[in-house]
Amino acid sequence: MTRYLLRRLGSLLVLLVVMTAVVYGIFYAIPADPAVLVCGKGCDGGQLASIHHKLGLDQPITTQYWHFLEGLVAGRDYSSGPDVSHCAAPCLGYSFQTDLPVLSLIAQRLPVSLSLTAGALVLWTVTGVALGLVSALRERRLTDRLITVFVLGGLGTPVFVSGLLLLMVFCGWLRWLDFPVYVPLTEDPAGWARNLVLPWLTLTILQSAIFTRLTHTGMLETLSEDHIRTVRAYGLPERRVIGRHALRGALTPLISINAVEFGAVLVNAMLTETLFGLPGIGQLIVQSSNNVDLPVVAGLTLTAGLAVVLANTAADLLYAAVDRRVVLT
Amino acid sequence: MSEVLAEVRDPGAAVSGSPARARQVLRRLRSDRPAMAGLIVTGVLVLAAVLAPLLTALEGQDTTTFHTQLLDSARGGVPRGALGGAGADHWLGVEPTTGRDLFARALYGARISFAVAFGTLVVQLLLGVAVGLAAGFGGRWADATLGRLIDLAISFPQLMFAIALLAIVPQSFPRPVLLMLVIGLFNWGGTARLTRGQVLSLKSRDYVAAARLSGASPGRIALREILPGALPQVLTYAAILLPGNMVSEAGLSFLGVGVHPPASSWGQMLSTATTWFRADPMYVLVPGLSLLTAVLAFTLLADGLRAALDPKASLRGRR
Repeated sequence: MTRYLLRRLGSLLVLLVVMTAVVYGIFYAIPADPAVLVCGKGCDGGQLASIHHKLGLDQPITTQYWHFLEGLVAGRDYSSGPDVSHCAAPCLGYSFQTDLPVLSLIAQRLPVSLSLTAGALVLWTVTGVALGLVSALRERRLTDRLITVFVLGGLGTPVFVSGLLLLMVFCGWLRWLDFPVYVPLTEDPAGWARNLVLPWLTLTILQSAIFTRLTHTGMLETLSEDHIRTVRAYGLPERRVIGRHALRGALTPLISINAVEFGAVLVNAMLTETLFGLPGIGQLIVQSSNNVDLPVVAGLTLTAGLAVVLANTAADLLYAAVDRRVVLT
Repeated sequence: MSEVLAEVRDPGAAVSGSPARARQVLRRLRSDRPAMAGLIVTGVLVLAAVLAPLLTALEGQDTTTFHTQLLDSARGGVPRGALGGAGADHWLGVEPTTGRDLFARALYGARISFAVAFGTLVVQLLLGVAVGLAAGFGGRWADATLGRLIDLAISFPQLMFAIALLAIVPQSFPRPVLLMLVIGLFNWGGTARLTRGQVLSLKSRDYVAAARLSGASPGRIALREILPGALPQVLTYAAILLPGNMVSEAGLSFLGVGVHPPASSWGQMLSTATTWFRADPMYVLVPGLSLLTAVLAFTLLADGLRAALDPKASLRGRR
């Protein structure tokens, strides 16, 4: 167990260093100059040079990267003219575009992305498990076939298509909802939920299809196992056979699926945010990439990579806790 | 001994490539109605994309000409008439604010979509098979290192990197080629994992041992004995990557880092259609349903192929 955690930690460190190095490498290899974008129109050579110096772009890329790592571990000082500002560890630096600390930029947008994904996670887990269960118990009947069609449709529909179709139906034709505008949960809980309904549904259609399929196959597999035959032979009512015995076996693998799917969810959340104009992390990634805002992109890559690895580790641990047969090495 | 030699000469036959097996797979595929529907729709769409210049000439339109006389300037440039201005001249209507022909733009979008999906597949297969083969065949250290790399490639949110990369590569670089490279470069993990598994199971077969005993070099064993045996499974799996690649291309174009105007792509059309879903639903439906139809048809076909090869592994969970 300890060995497992240590090894995970080691590979995590290597991974994060490699990832951020790749980001710096990519930015170094490209011809676009962030300073030109910062400087705007009618910018002369002197101004450009001073911006280069201020952003540290006049240093070699290896030095820039080293400072980035240094800031991460120990914090670093930024001097802009006479005053020096200290950025405490873990310091992700300052945005080239807005001069705001990257960490606070991310923190600012995190609630939006969390609202979107957490709400949708609950929805898609419940929907997926329910549909999978029904389709497994009604195998080959009409309900099962309808659910199969939903699964195929859901898996094949990119979020930006299903989202647009939902918008067309609920905002355009039925006019039940307005175009979503993000309202913080703390300000107006009802408005928060009302505005997030369509984004939640958008993510749910895709992700619940995955869950339905997994619950379906898991359920059928468990139902054909020996211990189910045994409890049935004992004369347990079918409700309890399904509810207490079969469902547990079928649902255990789902724990790790949310972790494995984490990367895909991130990407789909990003597309959903862009479609609905939600000011979350996804929008920040697209904007900062287009603006060649190196510190923000590097910071976001680091954070996302960290989240993916942590999610996977947490899933492994949970899995081992639920299923005693699993041994972590 | 002669049996062993026969196997050595045709390693594929020992695994899954025998004519009887192929006939069985074809028969299963033919009796699979959803898969056959997928095959037909896929065929029609690919043919339409290839013949795009001919079909648009038949319609008498092109992708770039503005038809502003067809737009209602009082309503912000929405096409006049029902169904977004669809009719005999413009089969699927015209784009709002520009009046460009939607049929032509969607058709040329299909070309981009299919070309990028297939090109990406080539990149994925080359990378995935090479890494998988090396991991499965290269011994303990190679397997451990490459195995980690494969895990990473599978779990990482690649699209994030792809956006950053696409946003900063100069516009002069041909966009479709760049899309193939970027999507392929970030999505080869599944192919590699599958190839590795196949290689590991083939490595212990008798015919491979026979080849080794007869003095074949490791490189020869890997490329001539093991690879042909692993390929049928890998290629079947690869078919399921195609619709995924189409979605990736559409997604990147939707985010504004894919294909740039005046070239058209379904994703890019959808991204401009976002603000028109109320005033001009046709503008959403044309690229949206095109993408949906294509993705669904490719998925059904690929799933049917997989089910024919291994009935237990189907998406539709038949048994």
